[in-house]
Amino acid sequence: MNFDWTHAGPTVLAAFLASLVEFVEALTVVLAVGAVRGWRGALGGTGLALLVLLAIIAALGPALTRIPLDLVQLGVGTLLLLFGMRWLRKAILRSARVIPLHDEEALFAKETAFLRGLGGSVATWGQGWDRVAVSTAFKITMVEGIEVVFIVVAMGAAGGGLLVPASLGAAAALLLVVALGLVLHRPVAMIPENTLKFVVGVLLCSFGTFWIGEGMGLAWPGGDLAIPALNAAFLAAAVVAVPLCQARAARTRPSLIRR
Amino acid sequence: MTWLKTIWSEFIGLFVDDGSLAVAVLAWLAAAWLLLPRLPLPPALPPVLLFAGLAVILIESAWRRARQGS
Repeated sequence: MNFDWTHAGPTVLAAFLASLVEFVEALTVVLAVGAVRGWRGALGGTGLALLVLLAIIAALGPALTRIPLDLVQLGVGTLLLLFGMRWLRKAILRSARVIPLHDEEALFAKETAFLRGLGGSVATWGQGWDRVAVSTAFKITMVEGIEVVFIVVAMGAAGGGLLVPASLGAAAALLLVVALGLVLHRPVAMIPENTLKFVVGVLLCSFGTFWIGEGMGLAWPGGDLAIPALNAAFLAAAVVAVPLCQARAARTRPSLIRR
Repeated sequence: MTWLKTIWSEFIGLFVDDGSLAVAVLAWLAAAWLLLPRLPLPPALPPVLLFAGLAVILIESAWRRARQGS
């Protein structure tokens, strides 16, 4: 299987980094479920959700390849751009300290307290399924995983047959997070989540804009080489936005800037 | 079935966080789709204009949100 690595390389990277962010968030809650309610339910719910997510990728990915590429690029590019702009805007606001950074340790503490408060019987291995554990692990894996599915399917389809590289990127992130979870047995707090969101936001905005332009029939200067140029341009725009937002927030409500 | 509703709202939330950002992006894309291929511009300019509009929308949206604080 041959791939155009100008597209496939950044596709793998975007799918890997985006999936890493989402899986780290899911791992925090799954660890909380395992620690409080038992590992059987936590792993059962997670495994079930992963199967559902894989089935969605298997169904949607090939289906999108049957639609004319320019239509897919326009439609999926628009969704990818909306998705990327949302991530990049949030990363800008977090970098500017307008909104707080994501805190995995705090989320873990909140989830464990919540799960302990639920009460009920906690099943151990060989004692049947703990419905609270299964449903909580299933829900968080689905909620975070659906973002991964979207990125994999969108990048795979709009890139023109790049579903395999995008899936490999997401699978590598899953393996890394599972390995970290097994080794650490606590939330993965050392991954710079906002920096990853910044990078992924830039990549998704660039791909979305590139594919929308292709779908509109515009001629990108340099062809596929416009993608790295778009990466640099979106990064520059975001870097410019951070101090602007910081200054704006400080001028409007100085006490709300978190140092 | 509340988890289904949660997943659905999470799915919509993938694309729409700030409604005005989403509307501005869609409006700019529609305008660009209708106008850019028809304007008598050098071929390299329409893609640059497409990006520039999106960059302005992104910066304005973040800047407007910063005014509200956390």
